Amino acid sequence: MHDDPLHGSSSRRDKLRAWLNQARFFTEEVYSSRYRGAIARARRDEDDLFMLLVFSEMMGLQNPASYYTLELQPLLLERFHDWHRRMGMEHSPLDHFRCC
Amino acid sequence: MSAILLLVVGLGAMALGYFVYSKFIAEKIYQLDPDFKTPAHEFEDGIDYVPTNRFVLWGHHFTSVAGAAPIVGPAIAVIWGWAPAFLWVVFGTIFFAGIHDFGAIWASVRNKAKSVGALTGDVVGKRARSIFMIVIFLVLLMVNAVFAVVIAGLMMNFPSAVVPVWGAIIVALIIGQLIYRRILSLALVSLIGVGALYALIGIGPSVPIQMPAEVGGMSGNAVWILILFGYAAIASLLPVWMLLQPRDYINGLQLFIGLLILYGALVLLNPVLVAPAFNSDVPAGTPSLIPLLFVTIACGAISGFHGLVSSGTTSKQLNKETDARFVGYFGAVGEGMLALAAILAATAGFATLGDWQAMYSAFGQGGVNAFVEGGAFIIHNGLGLPEVTAATLLTVMAALFAGTTMDTGLRLQRYIFQEWGDIYNQQWMKKPAIATGLAVGTCLLLAFGAGGADGSGGLIIWPLFGTTNQLLAGLTLLVITVMLVRMKRPMWFTLAPLCFLLVMTILALLMQLRTFWNQGNMFLLVLDIVVLVAAIMVAMECASALKRSRAEMAAQGD
Repeated sequence: MHDDPLHGSSSRRDKLRAWLNQARFFTEEVYSSRYRGAIARARRDEDDLFMLLVFSEMMGLQNPASYYTLELQPLLLERFHDWHRRMGMEHSPLDHFRCC
Repeated sequence: MSAILLLVVGLGAMALGYFVYSKFIAEKIYQLDPDFKTPAHEFEDGIDYVPTNRFVLWGHHFTSVAGAAPIVGPAIAVIWGWAPAFLWVVFGTIFFAGIHDFGAIWASVRNKAKSVGALTGDVVGKRARSIFMIVIFLVLLMVNAVFAVVIAGLMMNFPSAVVPVWGAIIVALIIGQLIYRRILSLALVSLIGVGALYALIGIGPSVPIQMPAEVGGMSGNAVWILILFGYAAIASLLPVWMLLQPRDYINGLQLFIGLLILYGALVLLNPVLVAPAFNSDVPAGTPSLIPLLFVTIACGAISGFHGLVSSGTTSKQLNKETDARFVGYFGAVGEGMLALAAILAATAGFATLGDWQAMYSAFGQGGVNAFVEGGAFIIHNGLGLPEVTAATLLTVMAALFAGTTMDTGLRLQRYIFQEWGDIYNQQWMKKPAIATGLAVGTCLLLAFGAGGADGSGGLIIWPLFGTTNQLLAGLTLLVITVMLVRMKRPMWFTLAPLCFLLVMTILALLMQLRTFWNQGNMFLLVLDIVVLVAAIMVAMECASALKRSRAEMAAQGD
């Protein structure tokens, strides 16, 4: 729970603020928690396509933007492992890109 | 009979059920353990598995399971008088629905939050899983067809609700954008959204839109059904944040406000139940109370659909195992309260017995229209709101619920078609637009096939929907019972409701089979036979699974 610490005397305004914060936390949870999974999955699908674009050259696919995507590779390194596992490859498909 | 008295008795009994019976089940039968590591903690990923505050989770669970069905079913079933519907809703909630919903969460939590479908495969057997898939598909098919017919009927009967119902969709679309793009805070958006919805309800009566009785050779009702499916098909293809999520949120708020208004007006007015306790003068053609009552009221007494919600999403978010009682059992109690409100509105909201009988002139008549008119009468006399505004408010409530269910239902049906495309290697079937088209096509076939060209008779399949829903509940209860047998715990608390449900469902199917045969309705006859075969297979599956588990246990004991 995101209670604001009640500093000083617990004046009415502080109490109200804490109550409002709690109400906001509840409404936001109510709004988002049910669809969190569906939205996160949709976003991940978009990300997966992006990963394919960035790493396409390494898999033998011509990529006209490889000059730029090469720069992105180190930034996406952390996500690479999860991605290749999601794509059904137990180990990294790239010889020079060993993550596991 | 005073409505307040019935309300107090009903709520009192459900409270006893929650505080006494569910406590007993939680401690002695399911034996909940506060230290058990729930899947939400074990597999926490911030996406599906998220430990969630139990009040938030209850809110989700309740709003997902409560829809138009607990309004429509009881409002149809009061044709036999208020007492049978009341008793089945109250005792069904306490001894059937509560145990079922609560048990489905428990069973799922104890099995890595798997869905009931997967659990049926694991616990009972592969064959049972195939039956499960077929039953799910039939339930979705019927729910979509029936709800389209229900909304179309509402649009025809209450033209004042057309603007608010469709306006609410635009409001939801705007809210979705405001929140997704973080333009305004949620609290502000909630206020604006609810304010806009009620403003629309306020202006609805001054801008009624009446669909002509005939449009291009089709009845007005049929045109509405086509429009609704067109809308639902598009809505089910949109990303969830765009429409489904904000609309669900507004519906949830609207559900609580609507229940509060209805219950408040009931208490202030204290109307008399004009309908008889047991209707000895039922219209000709009304089927026998036993077994039809038990399939006419599914949601509100026990519904298999809840098992899908309990095991699909709720179980993945349960913070502590002991929360399952509050979320599952109290969720069922919430739905029972909605069904109770529907019964009271449809029996106490009329000035005279003659008015009530005119509304319930045949089986399947009345229903949601009786709920809206009766409820509007109570709100008008209790709170002084103009009757047409009150009717618009309740129509919007029922139509939005049914609409959200259609959206979700079509989405799920599309997934099933896509899965079949995958299994049978049909690439074309995996395309979202084509799979949605197939889903809509089958639903339209049912809506028009059952009720003729104007689609107005589609409510004939309501009891058939109930039977399918009860079969689903039966399968979930079977999973729980087999688990209890394997844990060497008493099984009667789940087995007794299971047997009762199966017997009533099969009897109802047989009775309807005769009715459809006499009517010469071959389409529904075939559908009935399909459901009947599924029901008999479920019953045999129950017998064999229990026998097998007991034999295993006996062998272990030696």
